[in-house]
Amino acid sequence: MAEDMATIYVMGKAYEVPKDLTIMKAMEYAGYRFLRGCGCRGAFCGACGTVYRNVDDYRLRVGLACQEVVQDGMYLAEIPFFPGNKAFYDIEDLEPNSETILKLYPEIFRCLACNTCTKACPQDIEVMEYIQAALRGDIAKAADLSFDCLLCGLCAARCPAEIVQYNVALLCRRLYSRYIAPKAAHLENRVEEVREGKYDKELADLKKMNERQLAKLYDSRDIEPGD
Amino acid sequence: MKIPYYPGCTLHERARDFDVSARECAKALGVELEELPIWTCCGAVFPLVTDSVMDILAGVRNLEYASRIGDKLVTLCSFCYNVLKRTNRVMRDDLEKREKANLFLRADTAAREEVESYTKTDYTGQVEVLHYIEMLRDVVGFDELRKKVENGLGGLNVAPYYGCMLLRPKKEMEFDDPEQPTVFEDLLATLGCDIVDFPMKTECCGGFQIVNDEELAVMCSQNVVSSAIKRNADVIVTTCPLCRYNLDKKQEEMIERVRGFRRIPVIYFTQLLGLALGIDEEHIDFSDNYVDPRPVLAEKSLL
Repeated sequence: MAEDMATIYVMGKAYEVPKDLTIMKAMEYAGYRFLRGCGCRGAFCGACGTVYRNVDDYRLRVGLACQEVVQDGMYLAEIPFFPGNKAFYDIEDLEPNSETILKLYPEIFRCLACNTCTKACPQDIEVMEYIQAALRGDIAKAADLSFDCLLCGLCAARCPAEIVQYNVALLCRRLYSRYIAPKAAHLENRVEEVREGKYDKELADLKKMNERQLAKLYDSRDIEPGD
Repeated sequence: MKIPYYPGCTLHERARDFDVSARECAKALGVELEELPIWTCCGAVFPLVTDSVMDILAGVRNLEYASRIGDKLVTLCSFCYNVLKRTNRVMRDDLEKREKANLFLRADTAAREEVESYTKTDYTGQVEVLHYIEMLRDVVGFDELRKKVENGLGGLNVAPYYGCMLLRPKKEMEFDDPEQPTVFEDLLATLGCDIVDFPMKTECCGGFQIVNDEELAVMCSQNVVSSAIKRNADVIVTTCPLCRYNLDKKQEEMIERVRGFRRIPVIYFTQLLGLALGIDEEHIDFSDNYVDPRPVLAEKSLL
């Protein structure tokens, strides 16, 4: 085998691939075509959660296929989609406390604190800790700890209590931003000004302009406006 | 003096009054309760299956967190105390389970090789799990406590209710005699209370049965409450948020069941301690009590 190649096993079948490729590119090199399980290719969308195991290592490892570089002897499979329970709610009808969370996701009571979810997170989030925070109604902490979640679903795939951690986290972040986070005063002021019609004339004028006038206005804009 | 403190989920939200009053009292006694920087639910019920280690991991993890910052762990809720103490005993005495649990905790480190703070050494049951009452007796000392009492509670007839979780099973809890315990009475005597002995003080309040079989749970709690009333208690004191709920809130139903039922306030022992230590009423916080204790406390000139 050429020095710059590696053997990887995709769902058990061996492929020779250039060893500096990411898992996703290596699979495409091997002939796979992604219709699903692939999105932004930039570690933001969470579509390409992957479970793999290296040679001589009992441990299951996780990563995003678009980021993780292949290693010789790696066994892997992309998790295309993991079905997870999702509660439907109107955020306006909820109260930011543990009762709300337990009503919508009662299964979080089954958390054994085994920490398997945390070990399965490619984003290095303290998943168990935020579930435990949610359990005791510490919504601000759950929202904060889960901020980097991409909803890839690997935590839910591994949880022995069948909790869908990422949806609980989403609920906590929504409750946090709707009810707990301090309101941005400047935004409230601006919304009020818009409602009062302060910018109506300016908008009406803009609508009357042709493309050349708009371009000129844009080019001459004040890029760093003073007070 | 700093002592690691495990509040538990209930004290974090539903029993804030218990948590706040306990912290304020500790402060007044020169003890800072240092809440564990990370903690999980204790598991709420000690698992009786003998062939599963997964079920005790939550308790083990909390004890291991405590071992990083001290050699003791203080807790208040009777359920948390029961689970943590029994889990600790398993980790101390059952070498096979200890090894398995530690293998599991070590896997946390493996998954987070770059995180320094994760467990490096095995947990062997080295932390001493203390109930807050034990902390008052053994760390602060009842004699010291007596010196700090600003408002003696003389004239207040107090029924100390132990419930089950503090005392049983005896050989695992090693808290006090499960049939004739005295530590609660000793504490109340230190505060100057008139102690009401009543036969139901170690009987079950109904516990978690309130979820499955409300009828049964209310029957249990009614037996406890009526027994204290018959002995002319002014208040019942408890150490457990679930006992408090069953004994206090469920009087709503007892009124309908028993003709001429006289209501009796049920308060946490830390609220009573707060009164004795002269803590601001704001930190004792009686607003969450279903049966308001303020009238009887005012009548005894304690407010």
